[in-house]
Amino acid sequence: MINSLLPSWLIVALQRVDAVLLAALSLLIFLGLATLYSASDGEIERVQRQMVHFSIGLGVMLIFSQISSKTLRQWSIWLYGIGVVLLILVLLIGVTKKGATRWLYIGIDIQPSEILKLAVPMMLAYYFSEKPLPPRFIDIVIALVLVLVPMLLVMKQPDLGTALLIATSGFFVIYLAGMSWWLIGGAITFVTVAAPLLYFFGMHDYQRRRVDTLLNPESDLLGTGYHIYQSKIAIGSGGAYGKGWMQGDQGHLDFLPERHTDFIFAIFGEEFGLVGNLILMGLYLFIIWRGLYLASKGEDTFARLLGGSLSVSFFFYLFVNTGMVSGMLPVVGVPLPLVSYGGTSVVTLMMAFGIIMGMKKRKRIYQRDG
Amino acid sequence: MSDRPIKLERDEQHMFNVRVMVAGVFILFALLGILGRVYQLQVSDYAKYFDLSVQHYQKRIPIPPNRGQIYDRNGVLLADSHTQYVLEVVRDNIGDENGDGKSTLADVDLFVERLGTLIPLVEKDVRLFKTQARRFKYQPIPLRGNLTEEEQAVLAVNAPRFRGAKVVKRMERYYPLVETASHVIGYVGRIDARDLERVDKIEYTGTTHIGKSGVEAAHEDRLHGKAGFELIEVDAHGKKQKEVGKEEPVGGQELFLGLDINLQIVAENLLKNERGAIVAMDPSNGEVLALASVPTFDPNLFINGISQKDYSALREDPGRPLFNRALQGTYPPGSTIKPMVGVAGLIEGVITPGSRVYDPGFFRLQGQKHAFRCWNKKGHGSVDLKYSIQQSCDTYFYDLAYRMGIDRFSAGMRQFGFGEKTGIDLPAEASGLMPSKEWKEKRHKRSWFPGDTVNIGIGQGYWLATPLQLAHATTIMANRGVRLKPHVLRGVRTARNQDESILKPEPFPSVEAKDNYWTLTIQGMENVMRPGGTARSSGDGASYRIAGKTGTAQVFGLAGGKYNAKRIAKRLRDHALFVGFAPADNPKIAVAVIVENAMGGGGTAAAPLARKLMDAYLLQQYGENMLKPAGAVVHQEPVSETPPADAEKTTPKKKKQGGE
Repeated sequence: MINSLLPSWLIVALQRVDAVLLAALSLLIFLGLATLYSASDGEIERVQRQMVHFSIGLGVMLIFSQISSKTLRQWSIWLYGIGVVLLILVLLIGVTKKGATRWLYIGIDIQPSEILKLAVPMMLAYYFSEKPLPPRFIDIVIALVLVLVPMLLVMKQPDLGTALLIATSGFFVIYLAGMSWWLIGGAITFVTVAAPLLYFFGMHDYQRRRVDTLLNPESDLLGTGYHIYQSKIAIGSGGAYGKGWMQGDQGHLDFLPERHTDFIFAIFGEEFGLVGNLILMGLYLFIIWRGLYLASKGEDTFARLLGGSLSVSFFFYLFVNTGMVSGMLPVVGVPLPLVSYGGTSVVTLMMAFGIIMGMKKRKRIYQRDG
Repeated sequence: MSDRPIKLERDEQHMFNVRVMVAGVFILFALLGILGRVYQLQVSDYAKYFDLSVQHYQKRIPIPPNRGQIYDRNGVLLADSHTQYVLEVVRDNIGDENGDGKSTLADVDLFVERLGTLIPLVEKDVRLFKTQARRFKYQPIPLRGNLTEEEQAVLAVNAPRFRGAKVVKRMERYYPLVETASHVIGYVGRIDARDLERVDKIEYTGTTHIGKSGVEAAHEDRLHGKAGFELIEVDAHGKKQKEVGKEEPVGGQELFLGLDINLQIVAENLLKNERGAIVAMDPSNGEVLALASVPTFDPNLFINGISQKDYSALREDPGRPLFNRALQGTYPPGSTIKPMVGVAGLIEGVITPGSRVYDPGFFRLQGQKHAFRCWNKKGHGSVDLKYSIQQSCDTYFYDLAYRMGIDRFSAGMRQFGFGEKTGIDLPAEASGLMPSKEWKEKRHKRSWFPGDTVNIGIGQGYWLATPLQLAHATTIMANRGVRLKPHVLRGVRTARNQDESILKPEPFPSVEAKDNYWTLTIQGMENVMRPGGTARSSGDGASYRIAGKTGTAQVFGLAGGKYNAKRIAKRLRDHALFVGFAPADNPKIAVAVIVENAMGGGGTAAAPLARKLMDAYLLQQYGENMLKPAGAVVHQEPVSETPPADAEKTTPKKKKQGGE
């Protein structure tokens, strides 16, 4: 019956979409829109705009789920190369807003660092798919260089948050490719030692303030600490069962200019309480698991590495955002995935899930040589 | 084990699965960590956070900083702030206006409508208020400025009916000199949505105005200062319980401009009833002493949003008072650039100090019929560079430009700053146009002809320059090659450091030329001001030595007829130009003057203005005695023929050219 209602090309296309993952994502999107409505003080226009973002996102997901790993693999070098060139252009002729040079003007302002969030894992997955695995030491070194070049370019803008996300998306590929446990242990030890050095010698004053604020939020109640302090009050006052949808009052104070974007988790926590948080985290965990599952069913090594890395990155965004809003991690501008308001973030995340779906092994419908 | 040439699909799949499982376990624990944290906030410390949330809302009230004042170089106040009464509204305190039990944006509309029956509101302010009201629920947002005493009284009486509205004292900008120097000082205006995008929203929450043009916009960062905050605890009704913390605002820096306001007034008066621009600079440091563009306008009109009527009047004024001619007006520089062209020719070796050209009254390209005419139809005979500058001989420079070629010519003039922005600290500067082969091919889809180069040689053709560029190039002449960036900000004084600190001039690469090249060219410019020169009447009786050069920019090309300023429409008359510096032996001031559609050429319409400006500056600043008398020491060159002072302009019968 349904078959006759839809054009045949769409039915073929829909077969590439993973129904389980789509169902979980839809549930999350629904929760997100409800929270956004509350965070916007009942301003329906913003929710409508976000729904437009999701519609575009779903279309993009459908398109990218059609692309096979073989095709995507061929794009890797190009996308990575173009991305790095654009980053260099940003440093040369970029648009500066509020002291950061992150945009290129091409009729509208675009932010090339967004491209690298996808291009870096693609490039590394491509690189390792050509090499014997687990990777030799030299291959890991080359892969690290491929990560560091765009990362340093983005740090120079300066945009520490995005640089961190780009770097980790690359590290996840290296990890999944099979970097030896000894090396991983060594790297972690190194970072633990290097972090204090970075703090004292490698940070801008405003970044150092953020770390200080994290370690002792009450010390800076007039500045950044004020946001964290207020978001902790919002979450904490929600209690076990929450104040109910649209009933939160803390979150609606003007303490955050970003309450519908980066700090939306505070609104959610206040209105839905610990129970809501359990459900939300469960849903996220399920989505991440499904992403990793699809990745392990990938067509080839490239497909597995890329799908796996995108899934782990999704987790990482979630972790950094919720850690920040609940006052465990420093304030870094990372949205709560698929819940925070924002077109770019929604569309790129949906694109990533489309790619993950597309990486899955294709059923052989025609046996050419059979 | 170390070299395995073959990739084994099954091994890799297995290893991947192991990795994913380890990652999965890690992810599970990380999310449990987050949940643990949330548990701590929502369950263990619930009582603490619940108390904080119910009993004491903390509010952060921004305290806007005082905007820095602007002074001229002698401490005359150019932009100040005075106390003003403003009506501000806190959206959250409006409450439920329409009685539907909720406080929404619809209530704001109703509230504003009701207020409008009490005191007059400006539509533009109302629109801005509503945009900001969407964003800030708990912060005071201005709705009406400039409240009269009566309006304050009316509001005070009706205060109980308008909970949420409050009259507060604010500092507001005004410009005491009204129309003087308005193109330099600029003005502030109400912050709009576009401004909000480029500033730090938190820093500007309490600020209502921002620099929109001139120094006010260019040095917004210095003038604004740093916002302060008051952190207060309020009860559930929004009433202040106690102050938790306070951070005082830091006022903006006080700016001292290089501008000498007396000289600026002289410059603007000289151009009274004309359209034009005068730029005066101190060659020793690149400071702008005067930057006049006439007609001017009253910046006070813009502060709280200009009325439609006033704005139309300014827009429709044919004199275009909002247009900053000194920075944005591009004109063909005419003969004023001949000294710079001469230096470039000497550097390139196209001419030598002694080389001569025979001027029969015209210049002709080999094998072509078209004659490029010198303004003096009879011709100047055999001339050298110095004499060609004094007499403004066109033929000499036609020949020089042609032999130099457009590439070398263009590069040489770029060294003097033509064709690029000078980088002055004022917004919206035009870059002018120094034409090149590539430019013409791109812009006009036609290749460069040798004839184009010939015209460029006398500052006509495609070449366009701003008055500021001309003044800048003149400082380079005066400095014998040293090039400094023009700037209007001379020094600053901060709240912390009461001593005025003077900014260092920013140098560019110098124009490198032999000393005698400069000497020779400057001597030519000095002779311009003496008997036999094109501006001799303006040099008359000066107690100091002046170096100058006249120029005329064609607005309208006459096919064959004789130019007669009296007989053609004013709008089609030529522009009169003059550049110069003084004292020639120890330059203190460099000047560029342009008078649009003047009743005479550079010699009669522009040079006298420059002379008066130089007198005003030098005689007042340094006194008559400090300056050497001119005529006594200097040897006069014998001049065979004395042209009429205005002769330069009776010439051009060139084809219609760009740049009118």
